[in-house]
Amino acid sequence: MENEQGLRKQPVYLLAIETSCDETSVAVIEDGTVIRSNVVSSQIETHKRFGGVVPEVASRKHVETMTRIIEEAVEQAGVQLTDLSAIAVTQGPGLVGALLIGVVAAKALAMTLGLPLIGVHHIAGHIYANKLVQPLDYPLLALVVSGGHTEIVSVEREGSFRILGQTRDDAVGEAYDKVARALGLPYPGGPHIDRLAREAEEAIPLPRAWLEPESYDFSFSGLKSAVLAALNQARMKGRELDPGAVARGFQESVVEVLVEKAVRAARATGAKQLLLAGGVAANRGLRDALAERCAAEGVPLLVPPLSLCTDNAAMIGAAGYLKYRNGEYETLSMTASPTLSLEAWSLADSAGRTDGDAESERA
Amino acid sequence: MENARAYRFSSRNEAETGRLAGALAQHADPGSVLALDGDLGAGKTTFSQSFARALGVRAVVNSPTFTIIKEYEGSELPFYHMDVYRLSQEEADELGLDEYFYGSGVTVVEWASLIPDLLPAERLTIYIETGADGERQFCLTPSGERYERWCIGLRENGVLA
Repeated sequence: MENEQGLRKQPVYLLAIETSCDETSVAVIEDGTVIRSNVVSSQIETHKRFGGVVPEVASRKHVETMTRIIEEAVEQAGVQLTDLSAIAVTQGPGLVGALLIGVVAAKALAMTLGLPLIGVHHIAGHIYANKLVQPLDYPLLALVVSGGHTEIVSVEREGSFRILGQTRDDAVGEAYDKVARALGLPYPGGPHIDRLAREAEEAIPLPRAWLEPESYDFSFSGLKSAVLAALNQARMKGRELDPGAVARGFQESVVEVLVEKAVRAARATGAKQLLLAGGVAANRGLRDALAERCAAEGVPLLVPPLSLCTDNAAMIGAAGYLKYRNGEYETLSMTASPTLSLEAWSLADSAGRTDGDAESERA
Repeated sequence: MENARAYRFSSRNEAETGRLAGALAQHADPGSVLALDGDLGAGKTTFSQSFARALGVRAVVNSPTFTIIKEYEGSELPFYHMDVYRLSQEEADELGLDEYFYGSGVTVVEWASLIPDLLPAERLTIYIETGADGERQFCLTPSGERYERWCIGLRENGVLA
């Protein structure tokens, strides 16, 4: 495509590293869109016994597994370290101890191989995971839903991010996990609630948090409290609520608000595509409802396969490639930035970005 | 540790919780640590949000459960918002929490009772209990002279009982 002048261009291989929270992952990406390898060391088994994801364990795991996973990713990609063009790494946001391990590994590689170093915003990665699946059409709208994030992001052109809304309290994945725990379901709770909700014939009535009429922000803390209150009230009367009805009531409330706000934002920004990103994109109830609304609105819905929705390094390579092409490199003094702002991470020449620092307040 | 006396505050809504948070924030100085506890949904994050606002944090303060620690800039002091819900004490030990506790900012730790050995000996412990009709009872237990002074000050101003 890009070689029309008959030049046989060498492919650009980016090695990407992601350690922002609970996964150690390394990928090799060719020309920003082709996944040559994407190795993820899922730590779910270790975490189960705690009823939650334990980042300290993860942090230590990152150190233990980093070298092995780098080797594996390079080997699976069928490339040599000397074939690489740049090293991309998640710079933030995330847990500082976890981020650090990836950043240090990336710097070491960049220094020894004499390659450019690219810092990547984790959410930009989630959004650009979609580019590994199909071409993107701007302006687009992204709904990012995961254990730590719930954001509506407008991407007016390539690499230009504007946060329209975000959670004011719990992230959607976190709300799922906490409700699942209250229902005595195993970790991770999301898939269990999703399944129970779809099998249930009834739903207990639960509130929807719409916030101010114009707002694209979310709030799931009140819904979580409403679920707990319903469970407690039933218990005090010596009854147990049907977990399926609770799951369905909860999921309907979450999905309705997510879908409604995302579709309204897509309409308001004239989005040509709606992207679903983040681990909660695996939720069937959410995907089905969003697909239905998007079809009615005539907006194509993009949902990457699950392996690219949960944290992985391939998405970091896809987003990092934007900065590679733009020549936006970091020096070896780059540090992990737990509160990195997405808007400030936008490409330097992207429209609509006047002053990244002024916008970083919404980090 | 000596068994300090406890102070009480009851709140019927977020605005009243804000009154307590605001009064506490006035006393905040570098190295202040508030240890928050209470059941899921008791209102720990709501309290933390009010407290952050009172410190002049303008950014959105949302749940730190997933990332454990979130840092913010207040008007005069940094604000460190922690949530150790997902941690055991051994695991939290390696996160270097002391850097925050004894740092230049103000720290609020949600689910603090999960890491009793890691908390500074001097701190203000706040336990939130949910009553009927969404009413919240705040029980404040100061450890150390600094926090005794805070509580006495708040009682004299009629905030605490």
